[in-house]
Amino acid sequence: MSENLLAVAMSGGVDSSVVAGLMHRRGRKIVGLTMQLWNQRRLPEVQSDAATGRCCSLDDVYDARMVAQHIGIPYYVVNFEDRFEEQVVKPFVNEYLAGRTPIPCTLCNNFIKFDEFLEMAAGVGAEQMATGHYAQITQHPETGRYEMRKSVDTTKDQTYFLFGLKQDQMARTLFPLGGFNKTEVRALAHELGLPTADKGDSQEICFVPNGDYAAFIDAYFKEQGIDTGATRGEIVNQEGRVLGEHAGVHHFTLGQRRGLRLSVPEPLYVISTEPATQRVVVGGNDGLLKASFFAHDVNWISIPGIPAPLRAQVRIRNKHIPAAATLTPTSDARRVNVHFDEPQRAVTPGQGAVFYDGELVLGGGWIEN
Amino acid sequence: MDRFYFDHNATTAVSQEVLAVYLPVLLEVYGNASSIHHHGQIAKQKLETGRRQTAELLGCAAKELVILSGGTEANNLAIFGTRPRHVVTTRIEHPAVLNTCAQLEREGIEVTYVPVGPSGVVDPEEVRRALRPDTGLVSVMHVNNEIGTIQPVAEIAAIARAAGVLMHSDGVQAAGRIPVNMNELGVDLYSISAHKMYAPKGIGALYVRKGTALAPMLHGGRHEQQRRAGTENVPGAAALGAACTAVKFADGSLRDQLERGVLERIADVTVNGDLRFRAPNTTNLCFDGIEGESLVIALDLKGFAVSTGSACSSGAVEPSHVLTAIGLPAQKAKSSLRFSLGRSNTPEQVDRLIEAICSSVAHLRRLSPMCVSHV
Repeated sequence: MSENLLAVAMSGGVDSSVVAGLMHRRGRKIVGLTMQLWNQRRLPEVQSDAATGRCCSLDDVYDARMVAQHIGIPYYVVNFEDRFEEQVVKPFVNEYLAGRTPIPCTLCNNFIKFDEFLEMAAGVGAEQMATGHYAQITQHPETGRYEMRKSVDTTKDQTYFLFGLKQDQMARTLFPLGGFNKTEVRALAHELGLPTADKGDSQEICFVPNGDYAAFIDAYFKEQGIDTGATRGEIVNQEGRVLGEHAGVHHFTLGQRRGLRLSVPEPLYVISTEPATQRVVVGGNDGLLKASFFAHDVNWISIPGIPAPLRAQVRIRNKHIPAAATLTPTSDARRVNVHFDEPQRAVTPGQGAVFYDGELVLGGGWIEN
Repeated sequence: MDRFYFDHNATTAVSQEVLAVYLPVLLEVYGNASSIHHHGQIAKQKLETGRRQTAELLGCAAKELVILSGGTEANNLAIFGTRPRHVVTTRIEHPAVLNTCAQLEREGIEVTYVPVGPSGVVDPEEVRRALRPDTGLVSVMHVNNEIGTIQPVAEIAAIARAAGVLMHSDGVQAAGRIPVNMNELGVDLYSISAHKMYAPKGIGALYVRKGTALAPMLHGGRHEQQRRAGTENVPGAAALGAACTAVKFADGSLRDQLERGVLERIADVTVNGDLRFRAPNTTNLCFDGIEGESLVIALDLKGFAVSTGSACSSGAVEPSHVLTAIGLPAQKAKSSLRFSLGRSNTPEQVDRLIEAICSSVAHLRRLSPMCVSHV
């Protein structure tokens, strides 16, 4: 086995391309790996013509290969399609059907990228893996604990999706872009002469390139021979009065206003979805405000846990500005009560709740129903 | 880093003796073989010399050979060109046959896929049972590309002949590896490819027994007895002929050395497919508890080229349809690797390969959650 071999997870995008180029320039011995996660020829009805953001599209693999050739590193595409469908796509679909709004990127990070992929990298002889994530990992000089911080470029910060990382995974992971601004990364890409230097950023969830999750779930059901009509139901207000009908609970997420097709004078939002009755409950904006919730399966990152209530800032979705809150432990070490100082809009079950102390990522868990 | 090549079933390097024939033709013989003038005549001579040399290897008449672009085209021409109403083939064929048959199915023609047992050798009786009154073609490969098993083509051809059905065999992995003779095999159609026998890519031939009706797929000039339009690849044909002349059959000793070394030193390894009826250069080994994909990458990073499964369009590995067809569970199929040896390999290289496999398998098994018993 080659000593100090570094695996770079290459998506074909500019960020991971720069990681490969940068680490090579710093003298590291590198192997480039691209995960084949999803066959883009499946579910043609939800495909997009957009040039970027198509996970595992042949274009992206082509780009990653071009970058690897340009830098002059060995490069391989590895097949994770079965694992991705089991660990990410099926849970994604099931979460929607259970009335929650999942984050597949976090599932992928937890169960694929920083788990089986990291293991595969180790198997081929790479003790460490580098990715293009915008986040920073450092080791505490005294405790030896690995800590995570937001990226220098706060507009690109991806720590929200990384709250599941364990200490042993962080010990083997490098985020070389955490200290850069996106503009600097672009400049580096040009400086390194990378073929992907001007490639656009991907926006949507990789396997749903057109961003229409409900259409994806409908198409996936159709492919699996499952009747999508089974999730149809009524739209009711908070008093239980029927206001209309809907085509499936998976079309709705908390706080959503579009697509309700109700002829009512006041603006109505989705307050909750009830999978058991297949009802979608709507109400005014005030009905969306919530001060307290529980997070389950909490993973602590920069601290080992909380023995007593702790003040923190909590982010409840990727674009949410972390809000001041008190974290209170429960009898279950992996379950935490989050109480915001000010009620927050659309605390959505299934999303992550990530706890910060300033730039430091304390940990995070999943928002309960 | 020294690099060693153990993937000769994928393709081979052009040999010196082939290059010595190929290059002068490529550089100097630029005439169109259909032209009347001097340049055309020289080209025609080179083309026909190549065809004659190829015919000698196959034990057939030169004019029974259609020179074309390679194995895939040969298989397509055999299957489409015979215009069968019903086809009998096997589940272990190369995609060049399987996907051609799948296209026939899309066009409304029925195809029966004969199952193959764990030996990886087709039972001729299964083929006989699959025959129907409307069967027009039987297509059974000669040597399997992934496990190297030799199919009883002569027996199957006799069954087809007795039933009045045309017999095709994909001989891409057989020609140059084991002796092949068209009359002894009794086939009507037989595909070969030059790049599996130390000649360049892009050239091959389809044997078409005299008197066999075959409709062309490519339409154009009156080349190749109107069976394959397109200006002939004269340097390619010359190289194919030179490769056929230079064939030397392996005795299997390197393959045996590799198998013995691996089986003696690593626990829980099995050889996939029949041990008796197989080409002397191929072994397909299952390493319990590891991902074949990881082992291929680990070996490549050490300089050893081997293969697993088949690459999909992105280059990722898909589980081998051959191993699945012969009844291997998906996990065993994913844990299997193909080693195909060739002229460039030496006993010393094989020893180094064994060493590399041992250390990589040990490393992977230490990490693998699939393989608790090896921790």
